[in-house]
Amino acid sequence: MPQGDTGSEAQNVLDVRDLHTVFRTRSGEVHAVNSVNFSVKPGELLGVVGESGSGKSVTMMSLIGLLPSPPAEVRSGEVLLDGEDLLKASPARLRDVRGGEIGFIFQDPMTSLNPVFDVGFQIMEPIRRHMGLNKRQARDRAIELLDLVGIPGAAGRLGDYPHQFSGGMRQRVMIAIALACDPKVLIADEPTTALDVTIQAQILEIIEDLRQKLGMAIVWITHDLGVVAGIADRVLVMYGGQIVEQAPVHPLFNDPRHPYTRALLKTVPSVSGARAAKLQVIAGQPPILGAAPSACPFRDRCPLVFDRCHQQNPPREIVAPGHDAACFHPSARTGREVAEASA
Amino acid sequence: MTRPLVEVRDLKMHFPIYSGLLRRQVGAVKAVDGVSFDILEGETLGLVGESGCGKSTCGRAVLRLYDITGGEIVIDGRAIGSDPQDRLRDMRPTMQMVFQDPQASLNPRMTVGAIIGEPLSEHTRMSRSERRERVEELMDQVGLNRAFVNRYPHEFSGGQRQRIGIARALALNPKFIVCDEPIAALDVSIQAQVVNLLEELQDRLGLTYLFISHDLSMVRHIADRVAVMYLGKVVELAPRDALYSEPLHPYTQALLSAVPEPDPMLAGQKKDRIVLQGDVPSPANPPAGCNFCTRCPKVMEVCHRIDPAFLEIAPGHWSACHLHDPAHRGTVEAGPEGTDNENAGRPARREAPANGASIQQGDAT
Ligand SMILES: Nc1ncnc2c1ncn2[C@@H]1O[C@H](COP(=O)(O)OP(=O)(O)O)[C@@H](O)[C@H]1O
Ligand SMILES: Nc1ncnc2c1ncn2[C@@H]1O[C@H](COP(=O)(O)OP(=O)(O)O)[C@@H](O)[C@H]1O
Ligand code: SF4
Ligand code: SF4
Ligand SMILES: [Mg+2]
Ligand SMILES: [Mg+2]
Repeated sequence: MPQGDTGSEAQNVLDVRDLHTVFRTRSGEVHAVNSVNFSVKPGELLGVVGESGSGKSVTMMSLIGLLPSPPAEVRSGEVLLDGEDLLKASPARLRDVRGGEIGFIFQDPMTSLNPVFDVGFQIMEPIRRHMGLNKRQARDRAIELLDLVGIPGAAGRLGDYPHQFSGGMRQRVMIAIALACDPKVLIADEPTTALDVTIQAQILEIIEDLRQKLGMAIVWITHDLGVVAGIADRVLVMYGGQIVEQAPVHPLFNDPRHPYTRALLKTVPSVSGARAAKLQVIAGQPPILGAAPSACPFRDRCPLVFDRCHQQNPPREIVAPGHDAACFHPSARTGREVAEASA
Repeated sequence: MTRPLVEVRDLKMHFPIYSGLLRRQVGAVKAVDGVSFDILEGETLGLVGESGCGKSTCGRAVLRLYDITGGEIVIDGRAIGSDPQDRLRDMRPTMQMVFQDPQASLNPRMTVGAIIGEPLSEHTRMSRSERRERVEELMDQVGLNRAFVNRYPHEFSGGQRQRIGIARALALNPKFIVCDEPIAALDVSIQAQVVNLLEELQDRLGLTYLFISHDLSMVRHIADRVAVMYLGKVVELAPRDALYSEPLHPYTQALLSAVPEPDPMLAGQKKDRIVLQGDVPSPANPPAGCNFCTRCPKVMEVCHRIDPAFLEIAPGHWSACHLHDPAHRGTVEAGPEGTDNENAGRPARREAPANGASIQQGDAT
């Protein structure tokens, strides 16, 4: 049941419906993305959280044909970019979309920056290709972009190669490239995970600033709940290849409804506030995604598990305005206090 | 009264840089450059700082995995700073290490039983069956199923592999364990499992930890006292609560303020966040004066010339910053003998701990 959107769908710049992605490997199938539905509006920052292997990257890569096939197979779904289904688009059109209407930033800039080209070329190339600017105009825009992301002496650094930049500066270059063609949607996959907190703070500040200036939609993937709390308008929680909860950022943190989200919020310590004597743990391991889900993916680790959870996969249901969760337990519908009493 | 199990004084670890045809030494990476601290028996000292600031080098140097450039290390009453490696063999069981990447630190061709049992065959005369028994006991202790003793590391998840690494570190009944980013490669939900295990083992076995991490919230959870490193030096050292509630050094303040709060209410309030500009300078070429002077929001003129001394500002709370040094505070003039680094060796005031007593006051647990 796809839902979880407030307001009319016409406003969504990106609308993903019932996405299924499967890997065929020698040891069998991996059902990495199972019936994923979400959308983003212009100017909105959608945070996506979940532990590694929960399907965050595969979901995003499926949107714009970035997965190698084989082994990957996008089995079904629609990916509507301003109404156009990208899963039906030609390879040429997809190349246009990538780096054009949809910008991408990855965790490790070294793997996505080409070490043998200077940074200026790597920014100017998509500008010339997608925007049809001449060399001079592309150069001016490249300088403007590097300036925008806070690279000092931008004009003088166009001729530098990726290895001549520090980790934080390389990630800024990646952001500049992703922004080069005024994307409608920016997808950032763990862009600060490999960076130190002080550098992360710089990048987050730049993104906040750019959002105000450019008004694009941003999908920000991270496993750091702190980052999401600071920048997201709305949050998706993924577990076992599915979205298990979706809510605006305040209710997600203050009134989480899915047992996984609740547990996750309790396991993270903080640098301020009360300090727990012992960390809460989520016992057990994440599921192996060998087949299409026929039961709740969280059942082996869930403190509230009951019979039904083993027999059916719970669909996402609205639990509060703009807030949905995929859990059969009554406490998902009633909020925090009841859950604790029955846990 | 608890005594320090580990005493580190003015530890230096410089890696030479060679260049040219003749491979002449042209400089040195001052990875650790004059670090002093104590760790009490049964205590956890957290060591935090940005990547490249020298945390791992410090941990490895304390265990004498390197031949150190200078300083002294005393572990369990024995000075090991200048011992040659072959004389350290009998100390090895006492001091162990748990690594960041459980994948890389476990031999993929050895079974779990062989990996955990390896230190036993190397350092004890246990029979095969005694060894087997001890391995099973260790697996129980770290929460690994005994039935998996003949499996290989790749058959385990990241969290379980870290348990294997911990079991191996425990094999010889160590007193002191350096945990170098033991949870950095693990998922949030698995991190808590491993941290709780380390805490349980500490309670049960009376272990002493140096817990290295860049995760300030996890260090707040696990550490009794915390040392903050920047560019090869400890810039602040304090009992945990004092460090987190009243950080004195501008670098600690910036570092704490950069940690995102997992609470949108608090995140919204963090408007007075200190965002440091620029990157950490190279440890091969640290700036003159205070190492932090190129990024410090409170930098003064004196900071470019004189390296601040590491002083005890409040009981057990040490910091290396001119702001807290009455001799330099807000002054534009240099101190009496104002050349670089001379301060560090000056004997007069409460300086870099000359004896263990002063440095461990405060939160002795
Ligand atoms: N090339 C691949 N072949 C087989 N399985 C894969 C491949 N890439 C990803 N997967 C699987 O897909 C699942 C989702 O992965 P991913 O989207 O990368 O997770 P996340 O980004 O949330 O950490 C995982 O179980 C992973 O093992
Ligand atoms: N074996 C080595 N040879 C030369 N330089 C080294 C060596 N080990 C570490 N370094 C350098 O020492 C500095 C500190 O490194 P490290 O102790 O690993 O920092 P951290 O653990 O805090 O990230 C870095 O600049 C690093 O490049
Ligand atoms: S459906 Fe059942 S197992 Fe799944 S999260 Fe809800 S209570 Fe737990
Ligand atoms: S000594 Fe100066 S530069 Fe160094 S931390 Fe203090 S105020 Fe900043
Ligand atoms: Mg990923
Ligand atoms: Mg390290």
